[in-house]
Amino acid sequence: MELLVFVLASAMVLGGAVGVIVNRNPVHAALSLVLTLFGVAVQFVALEAHFLAAVEVIVYAGAIVVLFLFVIMLLGVDKAENLEIEPFPIQRWLAAIVGLGVTGMLIASIVRGRKILAEGEPLPASGDDNIRALARNLFSDHVFAFEFTSVLLIVAVAGTVLLTRKTPASEKAAEAAAEAARSSKAKS
Amino acid sequence: MLDVIWLIPAFPLAGFLTILLFGRRLGDPVAGFLAAGAVLGSFVVSVGAYFDLLSLDEHDREHIETLFSWVPVSSLQVDMAFLADPLSLTMCLFVTGIAFLIHLFAIGYMHGDPKFSKFFLYLNLFVLSMTLLILGENLLVTFLGWEGVGTCSYFLISFWHHKDSAATAGKKAFVTNRIGDWGFMLAMFIGFEAVGSVSYGALNGAAEGGALSQNTATAIAALLFVGAVGKSAQFPLYLWLPDAMEGPTPVSALIHAATMVTAGVFLMTRMNPMLAAAAPEVSTVIAYVGAFTALFAATIAVAQTDIKKVLAYSTVSQLGYMFLAVGSGAFVAAIFHMVTHAFFKALMFLGSGSVIHGMHHEQDMRKMGALRKFMPITAFTFLIGWLAIAGVPPFAGFWSKDEILLFALVKSPVLYVIGLITAVLTAFYMTRQIIMVFFGEAKWTSHANAEEAAEGDEAHASTAHGEFKPHESPGIMLVPLVVLAGLSAVGGIIQLPSFGFIPDNWQHKLESWLHPVVEAGEAHITESGAYDNKELLALLAIACALIGIGVAVAIYAKHLAKPVEPEILADGWKYDSTVSAFMGGPGRKAFDAVAWFDKTVVDGAVNGVGKLVSGGAGELRKTQTGNVRNYAGIVGVGVVALLVWFVIGRGVL
Amino acid sequence: MMLAAIVPTTTYYLILAAVLFGIGATGLLVRRNPLVMFMCVELMLNAVNLTFVAFATRFGNIDGQTAVFFVMVVAAAEVVVGLGIIISILRRRPGATADDLAELRG
Repeated sequence: MELLVFVLASAMVLGGAVGVIVNRNPVHAALSLVLTLFGVAVQFVALEAHFLAAVEVIVYAGAIVVLFLFVIMLLGVDKAENLEIEPFPIQRWLAAIVGLGVTGMLIASIVRGRKILAEGEPLPASGDDNIRALARNLFSDHVFAFEFTSVLLIVAVAGTVLLTRKTPASEKAAEAAAEAARSSKAKS
Repeated sequence: MLDVIWLIPAFPLAGFLTILLFGRRLGDPVAGFLAAGAVLGSFVVSVGAYFDLLSLDEHDREHIETLFSWVPVSSLQVDMAFLADPLSLTMCLFVTGIAFLIHLFAIGYMHGDPKFSKFFLYLNLFVLSMTLLILGENLLVTFLGWEGVGTCSYFLISFWHHKDSAATAGKKAFVTNRIGDWGFMLAMFIGFEAVGSVSYGALNGAAEGGALSQNTATAIAALLFVGAVGKSAQFPLYLWLPDAMEGPTPVSALIHAATMVTAGVFLMTRMNPMLAAAAPEVSTVIAYVGAFTALFAATIAVAQTDIKKVLAYSTVSQLGYMFLAVGSGAFVAAIFHMVTHAFFKALMFLGSGSVIHGMHHEQDMRKMGALRKFMPITAFTFLIGWLAIAGVPPFAGFWSKDEILLFALVKSPVLYVIGLITAVLTAFYMTRQIIMVFFGEAKWTSHANAEEAAEGDEAHASTAHGEFKPHESPGIMLVPLVVLAGLSAVGGIIQLPSFGFIPDNWQHKLESWLHPVVEAGEAHITESGAYDNKELLALLAIACALIGIGVAVAIYAKHLAKPVEPEILADGWKYDSTVSAFMGGPGRKAFDAVAWFDKTVVDGAVNGVGKLVSGGAGELRKTQTGNVRNYAGIVGVGVVALLVWFVIGRGVL
Repeated sequence: MMLAAIVPTTTYYLILAAVLFGIGATGLLVRRNPLVMFMCVELMLNAVNLTFVAFATRFGNIDGQTAVFFVMVVAAAEVVVGLGIIISILRRRPGATADDLAELRG
């Protein structure tokens, strides 16, 4: 039973991942990403991390991917890019080396170490359910980091607002750019 | 006076600096008298030091005056120090004395020359260098003087530098000397390496005490001889001396007769313990080189027509005699001959200068003749010099030459025969010169006018179409001639041999004076067969001189036979032209090859490194594409490399 | 069936995460659209989250899950800022890809 769940969830994960990198239209890629995130959430449930599975769906799939789609629509970069051409020939080679190398090495070390993984004894269960245990750990051992993340979030928001402000100069530049885009479109 | 022996070089140095700063203002003739005065000061100090040294006991006659530490570099400690011992003071006396006389002569000779003060500037610089050379307590101070006299020789030979031949002759002298200097420097390096010092005391002490291996002593002695060959114009490096006659006559007299060229002989005598410690072949080679040079130069002198060139080749020949003496272990005889030669050769050069001056700068002997009527004093003094060099007793040259021949016979009969033949030739060519210049018919009337007119010489334009008469030189030029003639006449007195009729306390004065300096190297011939027959040998030498004189008189004065002056002798056995052809042809190609190597390989290597770096940088620049994806890719490759190292290298796998 | 008896051990999850990470890395290097590149980064982050949780479950240590919690928070903040940057760049140059932003070339 668990095996079936694992295989189905893995299929969702990997299928979505391949979809992200293969889809030419960024909107399609975003939707593939959602599929992957769902798959990962299912894996979390299988691994008894229920809270995280929920957070995964709510924050990642629900907020982050939506944000992605907002920006895609706002900027109008939904045009498909041509994956056939590659300006830097070396790039494909680098990608191959990195992809295969990283994956290969990681799998090799995992496979090698599987016996060690199988041997050790797990820590005794705390008896609480997942969310309670997580909360206990978070607010006692890692409360300092928790407070910092709140600061981080505020800084990120403030920073982004500042970054994306429309100043008169950038207004003019945006106008000029739009003008240029329009005239080149008119010529062609 | 011994403590202030540093005044001997200091006076000419002061003269040099004064003329350097104020020469043009002092002008003709004050600059000349100033320079002569400086040299006179040196002479006076030399005399004083001589008497001081005489008052010391025979074996203590050595005084070292250290001025300052010159080169204090860890293991190489060289001081600017002067060594006053019998040898250096003998040299100082006759060098400064003759230099003073020549300065006086030059005041008259160079009168009217636009570069009058510059001449005396260089002359003082020369005397400074020569005294440094002689008084040096170590090889480095001597080398400083050695190089200094070479430089002054270059300046003075090419004094009239607008004349191409003079400029070339100066360069030739300098370059040829350099070859000898290379030998000197190598000898210094080997000496320092063997003994740890370059001072004469250390080197000679090590040689005498047996601390040097025979190979080291041989190397040092042979290399110093190479230096001497260059400086003292022996074969094969003699070819600069005849060309050096391009310089003014006082220069030829001072530098190329009396002083600089004797520096080589001085050096060998100073290092006589080294020669004694070296392999005997070195002395033999020196003797044969000297004898060969003497004969070789004498044959060339027979066919020369320029009055100064005859004297130049004669100098080379007499220097050959001095080296023959050095090689035969006769150091005292070599110094003796050096002194007497200085007297009569300087006399004859000055005399020829007087002749040239009186003949309005004519130097070809074929156009002279019967000058004794017009220049009586010059002629008279010149004749005394002639008798001295020909070896006619009681003039100085006879005594010194005879002593050399005696030692040569003990060394080897071959050397003796060569020496005798050279003596005959010497008497012959000198008599020839005398007759052509001072006797016979006057041959100057037709040509001189045409030459002077061709040169556009305004001063003689009046006489060009009228009467051309040679005149006697002014007094200031005649006084040195007279003094030197007197010295040539009686100079032999310093080293009279032990003939029966000479009282004992008049004999061998120079030998007893120089004895402590040369006892290591001096050959002992008192037991030999030659020594027993020395009176007979002396008579033989006189006979040779008379034969030479007689034959010359027969050919040139009485016209009993035709003169034999083959062209090959006049060309100097074509040695000079051969060297020039070689240097210009194959030599030039070799030098070009070396220059090519330097430009292409050495410079190429250095530039190549630069190009390599720049090229490499250019290639590396291509990695900076500015493209984020490339950078990300490279970062990824790095991660893979790390993983590979951990997984495979560290054995996690 | 025999298959039903196989229980996916920690190793299976780890390998899945490794493959997911590799796919994300490859995609990052191949795609030119900045937003798609960002999504590939999210893939890699998820792979890491999966690894953390797998280990947390295996060893019974809840710290792994806390780590995932923080990763998610930081990823959210990072997405916000990153998208802000992309917006401000693409406003000036509409239609630019990662290749066009090459001012730092040497």
